[in-house]
Amino acid sequence: MNKFGYTISRDNQIDYDKVDRSMAAFIEKNEPTFRICIQCGSCAASCSAANFTRFSFRKLCLLIRRGLTDDVQKEVSKCMLCGKCRLVCPRGVNTRNIILNVHQALHKTTVYEL
Amino acid sequence: MKLEGKKRIWSEYQKEIADDHYYYARSCIRQNFFPASETIFLRIMQQELGKDIKDDARHTTCTGIAYHSDLVPFDTTMTVVARLFSLMTEAGYENYAPSCITSFGLYSEILETWEHHPEIEARVREHLWKSTRREFKKPKNLAHASDIVYKFRHRIAEKGKYRLVNHKTGEPLKVVEHIGCHYSRMFPHKGVGGAEYPYVLVGMIEAWGGEVVDYPERRHCCGFGFRQYLVKSNRGYSISSSRKKFESMEPFKPDMIITNCPGCPYFLDRWQYAISEMEGKTYGENGNGIPVLTYEETAGLVMGYDPWDLGFQMHQVSVEPLLDKIGVPYDPYAKYLGVNGKFIGTPEHPEVLKVY
Repeated sequence: MNKFGYTISRDNQIDYDKVDRSMAAFIEKNEPTFRICIQCGSCAASCSAANFTRFSFRKLCLLIRRGLTDDVQKEVSKCMLCGKCRLVCPRGVNTRNIILNVHQALHKTTVYEL
Repeated sequence: MKLEGKKRIWSEYQKEIADDHYYYARSCIRQNFFPASETIFLRIMQQELGKDIKDDARHTTCTGIAYHSDLVPFDTTMTVVARLFSLMTEAGYENYAPSCITSFGLYSEILETWEHHPEIEARVREHLWKSTRREFKKPKNLAHASDIVYKFRHRIAEKGKYRLVNHKTGEPLKVVEHIGCHYSRMFPHKGVGGAEYPYVLVGMIEAWGGEVVDYPERRHCCGFGFRQYLVKSNRGYSISSSRKKFESMEPFKPDMIITNCPGCPYFLDRWQYAISEMEGKTYGENGNGIPVLTYEETAGLVMGYDPWDLGFQMHQVSVEPLLDKIGVPYDPYAKYLGVNGKFIGTPEHPEVLKVY
């Protein structure tokens, strides 16, 4: 309620003690390579979708770890599942399976299973 | 690290604080926000410690608020401050003791400017002479009033009746200290402990028996920021900063907050009400807020002065729970009584924040 004529702005601080870890935990359980990502950005650099959108797999991983589910939902729909990122990943992260698990996790969130 | 080494390094963070004979410069806004604070300072200095301190009715604003709101140019500010120094010189004092942190920061800025640019000082002297036919000497010692209370903190503790201790459990009270931004951030060597380890309020808290709360946003600004508050459309920045601090200190369950700036206690006190109305959130125990005191009020509390003489009825967040913890007796019916026992009326009660 804006009874004073101004409101409280939310800051962008991420408190890792308070973030929602449910999606990250779900993905780590189903695709353990999610843990070994070193965030080098090779996936983002080689991304086909990034030619047309601002999609970045690296950013998606960051959003998942930060528990920003709404932002994850907006981002993940941009991926075309071409799998080039998986070919270039120096750590062997199964990026396509992570994307599929994100979709699953989002569905489970919608039906209150996660 | 060797103890001698620590002492040597710490000595570099100290400042010289005059022992006696101060020219006191009151704050523009404190007399409205927390009106008893400056009176208590004078009472403690003059009556309890027997110090010579001049409270001059002729002095004006230092223009700090207008200067930091980009309304008054620096030359005007320097000339007004030069007049204040001339009043000090005329009264025969050499130690300048401002009550306001912003004034203190501004005096430091001006003296530093004059030190590096003598031609600016000469120009200001000319401005002052042309406009008022006055001359001045620069203060030999510039110490904020909180520096002076810090210097005499142990004597206040010796003379004091109470300590910042829960009288039922014997545990020290958890105290949040909040230093005004203009105290030592601009000129670190002008403050006790510098910008890195400002010790002025910590020293008081420790001397008076409390325990300092070290929380993540301890050095965050209260949010006043002059234009952040003065321009209504910017006020969201102000309250957001205070909220950030409250959210950060809340898990440590502080019993009180002490500040040494005019704006900080006001905003940390009043924003607790605004946040409670906007979000239904309070930061103290059982729907109470966290009481916010100035260092003079805290010193007066330690000295055992009557809480209503300390102006606690002017606080938005009720101080009664704190008084109960320390064991300070008070008459709840006398809270809103004027000089001759005349009832002066009570303020409206907020919807969420518990007040007494």
